[in-house]
Amino acid sequence: MKNIKFLIVGVLFGIILSKTEVVSWYRIYEMFKFQSFHMFGVIGSAVVLGIVCMQLFKKGVIKDYLGNKIVVKDKDKGFIRTLVGGTIFGLGWALSGACPGPMFVLAGHGAFAILIVLFGAIIGAFIYGLLSKKLPD
Amino acid sequence: MEFITQPWPWYVGGPLIAFVLFLTFYFGKVFGVSRSLETFCTIGGAARFSDYFKVDLKERKWSLFFVVGIIIGGFISSEFLMKTQAIDLNPTTVKELADLGFANAGNSYLPEEIFSLENLLSIKGFLILIGAGILIGFGTRYAGGCTSGHAITGLSNLQLPSLVATIGFFIGGLIMTWFIIPLIF
Repeated sequence: MKNIKFLIVGVLFGIILSKTEVVSWYRIYEMFKFQSFHMFGVIGSAVVLGIVCMQLFKKGVIKDYLGNKIVVKDKDKGFIRTLVGGTIFGLGWALSGACPGPMFVLAGHGAFAILIVLFGAIIGAFIYGLLSKKLPD
Repeated sequence: MEFITQPWPWYVGGPLIAFVLFLTFYFGKVFGVSRSLETFCTIGGAARFSDYFKVDLKERKWSLFFVVGIIIGGFISSEFLMKTQAIDLNPTTVKELADLGFANAGNSYLPEEIFSLENLLSIKGFLILIGAGILIGFGTRYAGGCTSGHAITGLSNLQLPSLVATIGFFIGGLIMTWFIIPLIF
């Protein structure tokens, strides 16, 4: 089963997010209050090392598991969609203290109430899909 | 084993997240979580309502394994790898939260004031949870990614749209934390 490796990567990601406390509502609150370096350190160091990874992919130093060059696609452009969409996301992130990855982690912790947030997020994605053609880019 | 059960500092967690990003690309996929929300819509039959959800589920299969893995990872952590749920918060944060009515801030990962069953069964509590979810789901898909897809993957790839999205995450987060949370609690 070739997808099992993604299950294992997911398990790893779930453990990291739990142990680093980034799934805690309090850590997100503290970040937006600028009262702790923790979250900035987590995201910042991930991005710095991520930049190194991307450069190694692009230069072909690291190939994928089949030996093919790793191509990293550019993100879709659009100023309004990223700024407005991002701001709406940020409102929900700060209120629930969870972004999509941590929602699944917290479900694994047995936090029942997070399932309501997750259900809301699926409804939100559904609403976006219905309106996607009508929204400004 | 002692290290495993302690909370991990940022300089351990951040590099490990970069390692997850690396593994995802190494296995031929793009690191990100929020697209799976759309995949759930498709599985639930959303294609009947909009062509937007007419996607090839085979292409998305890996991400379902990924999110199931994340749930299992959360379960393993909470069952076996965490001695305590206490979080070492800044004392100022604890005091400010106490003033807002959040008792015992940092004693567990999640505040009772938002996530307790009792709260969930109240109208206000339910609306907060579902409303936050809708904002997250709509916002992330409109923006084209969440914290993992934009703030980690996109910024690592020096993408301008991801920088704009991350700035947006902070605009929204700051408005919520500084102005709206004090109003609703």
